[in-house]
Amino acid sequence: MANKKMAIIATKGTLDMAYPPFILGSTAAALGYDVQIFFTFYGLQLLRKDLSSVMISPLANPAMPMPIPMPVMVQMLPGMESMATMMMKQKLKKHGVASLEELRDLCLEADVKFVACQMTVDLFEFDKSEFIDNVEYGGAATFMNFAGDTDICLFV
Amino acid sequence: MNFDKELNARGMSCPLPIVKTKKSLADMTTGQVLKVISTDTGSVKDMAAFAEQTGNALLSTVEENGEFVFYMQKK
Repeated sequence: MANKKMAIIATKGTLDMAYPPFILGSTAAALGYDVQIFFTFYGLQLLRKDLSSVMISPLANPAMPMPIPMPVMVQMLPGMESMATMMMKQKLKKHGVASLEELRDLCLEADVKFVACQMTVDLFEFDKSEFIDNVEYGGAATFMNFAGDTDICLFV
Repeated sequence: MNFDKELNARGMSCPLPIVKTKKSLADMTTGQVLKVISTDTGSVKDMAAFAEQTGNALLSTVEENGEFVFYMQKK
């Protein structure tokens, strides 16, 4: 019997939204799925060798639990994004949640295929040398070629 | 219960217990038993779901002292 398939479109480049594609990708691969993740727009940030620029902001993110109530005026101050990111990373670590780098490596080890959207790479003038090596480049039709035949198809 | 290999997944959160279980099973042979120890409450349902979808047999799930112990037999 042919393997089941899952396709994910990853469009977000913030720390919180970076997790679902890598968690679901690595898990599906562990369950025997063939997995492809198509990275487009801000999702391309998740392909950088260095993921330290993937951050989280409490700004315009009212659902984010904060240790103390924080007015929007305060959230706007310089350094708040770095601070929120540092706190979130500490929280993730404390709870035994893998880092993005680790989950991404687990995906690659399990042969999850990463496809970067060529159009948005060009649009944002990304330098491909800043991306990890295991990336293919393609467009919407490339995605459809795989996605058209999947059991699970998600947009993140 | 007898087992051939042990995986210590204490302190790991989703999806690590599942992904590491899969990796541990990879270099085992059919019929061998993997013991997995997890502290992640979500892993109880997840290990059952893993077994159901991969065809490996979840022989037993036991909770002792706040830890979950699974015995998974490789397909």
